Parts: sequence; C-alpha cells; structure tokens
Amino acid sequence: MTRTKDEDRGLPPFSRLRLRDGLGEAIAGLVQRPGRSVLTMLGTVLGVGAFVAVLGLTSSATQQIGNAFTALTATTVTVQDRTPTDPSTTPVLSFPPDADERVQRLNGVAAAGVWWQLPLRSPSVGTRPAPPGESARARSVRLFAASPGALQAARPVVAAGTLYNQFHRGRAEQVCVLGAGAARLLGISRVDNQPVVFINSTPYSVVGIVSDVERLPDLLLGVMIPESTALRAYGPPRDSPARMLIGTDVGAARLIAHQAPLALRPDRPELLTAVPPPDPHGLRDEIDTSLSGLFLVLAGICLVIGAVGIANTTLVAVLERRGEIGLRRALGAGPRHIAAQFLTESTVLGTLGGLAGTAIGIGVVAVVALAQEWTAVINPYTVVVAPAVGSLTGLLAGLYPALRAARVEPLEALRT
Amino acid sequence: MSAPEAPVIRLRGLSRTFPGTVEVHALRPVELDVREGEFLAVVGPSGSGKSTLLNLLGLLDRPTAGTYELGGIDVAGLGERRRTAVRGHLIGFVFQSFQLLPYRTATENVELAQLYVARDARSRRLRAVEALRRVGLEHRLDALPPTMSGGERQRVAIARALVNRPRLLLCDEPTGNLDSRTSEIIMELFEELHRSGQTIVIITHDPAVAARAGRTLVMRDGELGSTAETPA
Repeated sequence: MTRTKDEDRGLPPFSRLRLRDGLGEAIAGLVQRPGRSVLTMLGTVLGVGAFVAVLGLTSSATQQIGNAFTALTATTVTVQDRTPTDPSTTPVLSFPPDADERVQRLNGVAAAGVWWQLPLRSPSVGTRPAPPGESARARSVRLFAASPGALQAARPVVAAGTLYNQFHRGRAEQVCVLGAGAARLLGISRVDNQPVVFINSTPYSVVGIVSDVERLPDLLLGVMIPESTALRAYGPPRDSPARMLIGTDVGAARLIAHQAPLALRPDRPELLTAVPPPDPHGLRDEIDTSLSGLFLVLAGICLVIGAVGIANTTLVAVLERRGEIGLRRALGAGPRHIAAQFLTESTVLGTLGGLAGTAIGIGVVAVVALAQEWTAVINPYTVVVAPAVGSLTGLLAGLYPALRAARVEPLEALRT
Repeated sequence: MSAPEAPVIRLRGLSRTFPGTVEVHALRPVELDVREGEFLAVVGPSGSGKSTLLNLLGLLDRPTAGTYELGGIDVAGLGERRRTAVRGHLIGFVFQSFQLLPYRTATENVELAQLYVARDARSRRLRAVEALRRVGLEHRLDALPPTMSGGERQRVAIARALVNRPRLLLCDEPTGNLDSRTSEIIMELFEELHRSGQTIVIITHDPAVAARAGRTLVMRDGELGSTAETPA
C-alpha cells in the first residue's frame, strides 16, 4: 500500500534509548534514594558475603588440614599381618625375622620396623618383682614388642638414655624403652641409676625414655622391648595382629605400600596388607563437601532472601513511581525502555550488593585466617563468580517489577 | 478547502465510548481542524469530556471510532511503538501538576524529554539550556524543583515540552495550580510562544485562560459546542 509508505515517510523515527543514557538513568534512580538502595542491597550483600566466606573458609581450613596431612600422614605406611588371630589356633607371625632389613632396603624408606602388643592378659608391671595386685598403679601401662626399626620409624624424641639397637635385638636382650607416660606412671625419670621394670616378675633394664613420638602416639604410654626378646619370652602376637610401621620419604608412600608385602613375603604377599596414606585429594574433597554443604545452603537462602528483598523494593518503587513512569511514557519512552530502566536498576543493585558481599566475604576469611594463623586461601574463580551471582540475583529479582512498570500507561502521568 | 497547508490537527468523527453495563459516551463524534500556529482553548465543566479529548489528542488513549491526523499523519490507527514515537517527537505536554522529577535539576528535567530521541548528552544539554532561556529561567538552570516557585516549575515543564520542537503543545489546566499573578505570567508566555508560531491547545475550565486563546471551543456532555474566534 502506497499510503502506508507515505505515512511511514512522514512518521518520526522510533523512540530509542542509548545504552549509556539508560545506565545513567538507572544509576540516577538509585542514587536519588541512597538509604533505600543500601537497605535493598543488604540481602544480596549477606548472601554473596556468606557464599564467599563459606567457600574461602572451607578452602583455607582444608589447606591447613592438607598441610598437617602432608607433613606426617603422607609419609606413613602401615603393613598389617592378615593371618587370622583365632585364639584356638597356634598364632603365627607372618613377618619374617629380617622384616626390618627387607623393607629398609627399598628405595624411599626412611625407617621401618615391626611392632605388636605383647600377648599378655593382665600383666603385672612395676619397678619391683611383686605379686599381682601391687601393680594396679601401672595398670594403664601398655606393653609393646617393637623392633629398633619401629622405634626409629615412630620418630621419637629421646628424653633420657638411648634407644635399644640391633645389638640388643640380635641377642634378644632383656632391655626396654619407656614412653613418657609409662615412665611417669612407673616413677622413673632418669636412666643413669639403671632402673629396672618388671613384667610378670621378669626384669627389663630401662635403657631410655622417650618424651614424644611423631607416629604411633600409643607408644608414649608403653613399655617397649625388642621384638626378638618378646618372641622368645611370650611368643607371637595373639589378640591384635603384628604391624609394620614404615616411615617413607615424601611422595614415596604409595609406591612403598605397593612394594612392601612383596619384599616381606615374596612367597605369600597376600598374608600382608599395606595401608597407604589416604589420597590427599580425596581427603580434601570429603572435607569440602561435608563442611561447606550446609553453609552453602545457608548462603543460598540468604541470596533468595536478598532477591525477594530487591524484588519487593523494586516493585514498591514501581508503584510509587507510576507518575514518573507515565511521564516518561508521555515523553516518548516505550514500554521496553521503562522495563530496561527498572531491570537495570535492580541489576545494578544486585551487582553492587555482590561486590560489597564479595569484599565482606574476603574480609571475613582474612580475619578468621589471621586469628587462626592460617593461610587465607580463596579461589580466584570465587571472586569473579560472586559479584556475577549478585548481578544475576538482581536481574531475576527485577523481572517481575520491570514487567509491571512496562505496563503502566502514560495516562498515569495525568492522574497524579 | 482554501487552506494553503494541511492542518496540524484534523479530527473526523473522532469519538470515545467507555464500555460497561451502561455505555459512557465520553466524546461524541468530533470534527475539528487546528491550523498551524493556532492557539486553541477547550473549555467546559468537569465531566464534559475535555480530558478525554486531550488524552486522544496526546495519543494517551485510543479512539473508539473516527480518524485523527496529526501533521498530516493518520495516527489513530498506529501501533503502540509508532504512537510512542509520535508522542516523543511531535507532541509537547504541559500538565497541571508540572510532573517534574524532584531530584533532578531544572536542566536535567528538560533533558529528560530528549532521552528517548537518542540525542547525545552535549546537544541535550545545549538544547535544554536554550529552552530554559526561552522561558526566562536562565538563572535557575541548576535549581531543584522543590526549591522553585509554582510559576518557575511550570516554566520548566513548558521548556521540557518545547525542547523537542513539537508540532503541537498540549496543555492540561496549565494554570490550575497557580495563583492569578503567576497564571498571568504563564499565559503571557503562551501568547509569546503563539506569536512565534507554536501551535497550542489548552484544556481548561478557567474562562479567563480561555479568553487569551485565539479560538475557544466549549465542550458539554461529550460534545464540542460553539467555536468562537476571539480577537487576538
């Protein structure tokens, strides 16, 4: 139709709103009511702040657990005797007599040795050969057979005297080393006066006192005698199986765990089970999920509350500003310009809330890390995503109010 | 038929009926031509239909029947996007309650009308200042509406209505909220604009205001009554 064409020629161009102007109007709308804008942002600030703080704190905490883990656990391998410990059968020791030497020959092993609990039921332990009953004081003292290699692998701190060695082991000497707790219970604090500990009236010369161990803290409450002495006097372990403690170099643990059973019993490696340290990645994941799950849910709830807050306030603003919307429509603004303005306002609010929340979240992580003497760890990804989460919250929250605003008729301007 | 050019406004059988259990004929079919540069006043008591006429003239409402040509364009049948564009470019509104944004300065309020014609910030500013100078407010460029008198506010609103150089200046009770002295100043401003060639339609119930117009139409019960040319 030519008429339509003619009409089109005479018609003014469609209304347009430049991106910059639209953004300017939205920001002006927010700045005009700063108090309300700040209050509206609060929900998003809390939600995003909680989100960042939870992620930052869990990653920081995990890092600390990871450090402790790396230092000790990652270099510890335990080999366990799988021979069934049935009281009715004759106990056997699956570890060969030269177990320590076999494992210590492996590349990456720092120290290794066999140990077990002495197969004694209610033993009497004391500093004098005494009948049962008198030893009640020392009841909590535990008795261990431990090869010199096992003592080394426990990384002890020797407080007095020395550890027994291959010489004592070779000759199955009646010597013992006391853990600090056992020494205190027995009333022994020095070895230069050649103290003696009686186990069921059998004397053992105390050669040393250990004040601390890095591995096998049980040893601190124990009296340790060479495993050769224990085998001769009490036979193989009965109630709890024999174990081998292996201290490895960093990074060697999993390989050693693989090699040790074969090195010890090439004939029947299945008799022994090596327990490597847990995979550090798996450990961290487990901590991540268990710790952060609940808090992330809480952060999510905060965000929803924040979104509802923005939606509510924006909706109230739309109702309040019907006159302004009508005026803008009369001045040539299309419904989409009005919708864009309110949507931009809520998105800018959400983004500002997200930024503030991210800053607060990082601050919380930093303060907590400082107080706990941790290294604060925040995934850079979190810092990028968190404000975007705020923006998205604002955008979604603004959708309905923006649609309502777009439906306001220009006639409203005349009614107010 | 001797008119050398098409009228700015040409209404043919334009009517508006509000549906309901009892139909309300707010505006019965109207025939009206408003020439370029004419100063027209529509007077009538409340409920006479003059607001309905204003809403139709300002494209704020759609007619039930009839045609409406604005500047030679049939705007009655246009889609919403086109109507919005026509409002922004061809019509300048002056409201009884001024409708200024209280947090924006006088200049910013005038700039608002140019926002949707995508003019750049610099020329928006220049045109706003020029429009404010035209209404005698060059000394109040950065004043906020709450700090201005009623007359000043209405002059800002008139500057805003003029800034896009509209074909039609449409005024709804422009002196309704003003005292008689201030009304006088505003009416002088309208007369001045009229002398410079601006087409003005004023809707009012005040006969004194209507008396200043070049032509007066009386509305009663939704019908346009006598049209009287008042001597300029």
